[in-house]
Amino acid sequence: MMLNLLVAVCVGYVFFLFGIAFLAERAAKRGRGRWLRSSFVYTLSLSVYCTAWTFYGAVGYAARSGLEYLTIYLGPSLVMFGWWWILRKLVRVGRSQRVTSIADLLSSRFGKSNLLAVIVTILAVVGTTPYIALQLQSVTLSFDVFASFEDTTPFVSDQAHSALWLAAGLAVFTIVFGTRNLDVNERHHGVVMAIAVEALVKLFALIAVGAFVVWGISGGVWETLDRIDASRVAELPMNGGRWTAITFISAAAFVCLPRMFQVLVVENEHETHLRTASWAFPAYVLLMSLFVVPIAVIGLEILPVGSNPDLFVLSLPLHVGNEGLAILSFLGGFSSATSMVIVASIALSTMVSNHIVMPLWLRFGAGGASVSGDVRKVILFSRRASIAAVLFLGYSYFVLSGGGSALAAIGLVSFTGVVQVLPALLGGLFWRGATRLGAISGVLVGFALWLYTLFLPSLGDTALFSNDFLQAGPWGISWLRPQGLFGLSSMDPLVHGIFWSLSLNTIGFVFVSLVTFPSPIERLQGAQFVNVFDHSSSAKSWSGRVAPSEDLMVMTQRILGPKDAQALFLAQAQKQGVSGYLPEPTPEFLGVLERELAGSVGAATAHAMIGQIVGGMSVSVRDLMAVADETAQMMEYSNRLEAQQTELTRTARKLREANEKLTRVSLQKDAFLSQISHELRTPMTSILAFAEILRDGGAGPHEAGTRYATIIHEESLRLTRLLDDLLDLSVLENGQVNLNTSGVHLSKLVKRSVATVLAGAATPSLHVDLMVSESLPQVETDADRLGQVFINLVANARKYCDATTPRLKIVSSRAGNFIYLDFIDNGSGVPKDAQDMIFEKFSRIGQNKAGGAGLGLAICREIMTRLGGDISYLPGQGGGAFRVVLPVELAL
Amino acid sequence: MSKTVLLIEDEPNIIEAISFILSRDGWTVVTHSNGHDANQVIQAKSPDLVILDVMLPGKSGFDILRDLRLEHSSDALPVLMLTARGQAKDREMAETLGVNRFMTKPFSNSDVREAVRDLVQQ
Repeated sequence: MMLNLLVAVCVGYVFFLFGIAFLAERAAKRGRGRWLRSSFVYTLSLSVYCTAWTFYGAVGYAARSGLEYLTIYLGPSLVMFGWWWILRKLVRVGRSQRVTSIADLLSSRFGKSNLLAVIVTILAVVGTTPYIALQLQSVTLSFDVFASFEDTTPFVSDQAHSALWLAAGLAVFTIVFGTRNLDVNERHHGVVMAIAVEALVKLFALIAVGAFVVWGISGGVWETLDRIDASRVAELPMNGGRWTAITFISAAAFVCLPRMFQVLVVENEHETHLRTASWAFPAYVLLMSLFVVPIAVIGLEILPVGSNPDLFVLSLPLHVGNEGLAILSFLGGFSSATSMVIVASIALSTMVSNHIVMPLWLRFGAGGASVSGDVRKVILFSRRASIAAVLFLGYSYFVLSGGGSALAAIGLVSFTGVVQVLPALLGGLFWRGATRLGAISGVLVGFALWLYTLFLPSLGDTALFSNDFLQAGPWGISWLRPQGLFGLSSMDPLVHGIFWSLSLNTIGFVFVSLVTFPSPIERLQGAQFVNVFDHSSSAKSWSGRVAPSEDLMVMTQRILGPKDAQALFLAQAQKQGVSGYLPEPTPEFLGVLERELAGSVGAATAHAMIGQIVGGMSVSVRDLMAVADETAQMMEYSNRLEAQQTELTRTARKLREANEKLTRVSLQKDAFLSQISHELRTPMTSILAFAEILRDGGAGPHEAGTRYATIIHEESLRLTRLLDDLLDLSVLENGQVNLNTSGVHLSKLVKRSVATVLAGAATPSLHVDLMVSESLPQVETDADRLGQVFINLVANARKYCDATTPRLKIVSSRAGNFIYLDFIDNGSGVPKDAQDMIFEKFSRIGQNKAGGAGLGLAICREIMTRLGGDISYLPGQGGGAFRVVLPVELAL
Repeated sequence: MSKTVLLIEDEPNIIEAISFILSRDGWTVVTHSNGHDANQVIQAKSPDLVILDVMLPGKSGFDILRDLRLEHSSDALPVLMLTARGQAKDREMAETLGVNRFMTKPFSNSDVREAVRDLVQQ
């Protein structure tokens, strides 16, 4: 009768939980239900830590070992109080890296190593399966308690049967609400809400039983305290070693347990929830532990000797006939057990599916399916199958172990097992030097020692670990005894196992990390994990990713050079209104950066590089192909650069020559004022001096007077010529010249010019050989200007040719569309270093005072430029040689 | 015995003019028209005064003056520098090198005669 009611209540409660979960899911889907994301729901969901083992077992623990049960609550409370140091970082990293489980976190930190993920997953499954079995056992045991108070046939024989039903029910619930969303990053609102409700139920149940015991049975607080003082519980000694070890192991387990990681990190909605939970969760466990000792003491006192203290919470109300309270208590235990199993199976199935099933499926079964829509179904199926498998494993363990008292001891052993990931976890979060091999070594060593010292001995007298084996050690080697390694036999077996597994685990992890080198991706991930707070002021939700600006900076500096990189980052930071050199890694900024980098290393490489740092994504084959393509292009580009380099060298040489020339020209310019002053003052001096002599009448004889007047006349003409030249040059240089073009017969013009020059001289001082072809075409040009050039060249030859019999030959030739007229004398010519200077103003070779001011050739060059031709010095002709070039196009 | 003036100048018309006016005043005028060997000529002729142009073929008047002043035997020899380069920096240069009088072309005949008289009688 009672049992039927119990089953009905159970089924009703389960439907109630389904309803809660369903409503929460629907609310979340519709975007409503802000309360779903409250920090109190988060805190309550953390209570999956308090399983049936703690709900029922704490009382039994207290009855056997006194206050030691508090250590189970003390550890997690310390972790919550110190949330700022570890939990905050864990949650930040978990969110920024879109971590789905603790195995995923470690794999991600250590270079996306799937091997590590597989090891951690196996460890988690091995460590958690007995614990799931323990939950199943607690529920079936609680059924038995009710049965034993009934007069009907014993329920015990049906234990395995009820456990199977329970496991099946949990599987259905977990599959329905745990695998609704495929994106593992989405949170399980329904499940979390159901867990939170269960947390309230178990708290309420335990407080109700406690209050009933204190006020209903014992008769008040003071009476209860007196009874406690009188009981043997108060006299139980405290073992310092066990206290420390268990506080530590439960603190570590609080972070490392797959189910705790699930609710703490994966289901975390907001970092600030940690702040609330940091005091609310310790308060919760304080309430949970408040009535543990009274229940234990009163139970020991009034229940018949031999009653299982682990079930006092249930048997006390039943013993005094309060069946309603007993059912509430049962629901509390049921809640504790189911919430643990649900969350644990979700966490484990995620790990099994992601790190074992999917990689295998992709490698062996899938073929090209990875691009089709089938993957979705495969993942869902794999996830669901994993849940069922995990629960079946727990059920099998329960059945195989016989459901005896051996299970009760498994709680702390299980904790110690999953805690083997702690060194790698903390190392990964706080030590950049930690490496993948270090993590794998540490976890494997810890795992092995845990199996040897704690797990296998806990199974009791089996074929593998007989009592003889435990007592004498393998092959009789005593220092290899599982509970007395290296002669450390005086220790409590649990403390002994914790000590050896974790210390050798840590040593292995640190040592191997130190002697191995992290791969690039490990370096990047290490930086992201360890410096997660430097890179993001808050976990803002631009696509949920956080990119390490500093690492981007380091990379950009390597590619663009420090100066450009800093300028780019500074500008972007200013644009965002952020001070300093590190802008927030917004998509805009990343886009700009990628484009900048693409300019240097190519688009695919830039994308892959930023992807590595920002998303931690691995480089795909296509990315690599693109990189290779770009490399080929870069090599071709490099060849072109080499060619350009030669070209540049040539240009540089030309520039240097031009610069040297400019320097000389500049020096000449500097001398310009002196020159012009000199050229004007010299004739003026003569004029003034002789004018003064004539004026003063001191010239003497008439002939002298005439001569002086002649000098004055000559010098005046010289002055006039100089002024004419200056004016002419000025006009030509400023382009203000008007050309009077007409058809010009070149040979006639040359003849006329020669005649003009030689006409002044009384005796022909220069012999001219005219070798200008009569058949040259007429050239459309300014005859006066061209003639001026010819006269200048002939006059120069007459003035400067230093041969004893000066000769000048004028030769014409035609090359393509140009006519050349070469004026070659037989003098010593122009020195090589002066050849490129002679067309500059006031340049005169040597100090020959042949009357000119050094403007003639400058004027010639200007004229020829205006006429569309050219004039240049022609070296290697055995004398002074000038070439006048005229374009034939102008000829009509 | 009349005093000797050494005129170092390359412009023939100017040589003729200065020679004329100074000879008329009774000076013995010796002329030289390039810079190459000007210092040797000064040594050889040991004049009472040197009139020195600046822009000379072969060696500039400034160089000649500098070399002259380096020979301490001729410390007392007055030098009148006569140049068409009339910029302030040219005058400064000449004074730094130890010129006794600096005049720019064109000049007034009477100024030159006066300057010669002053320098020789000092």
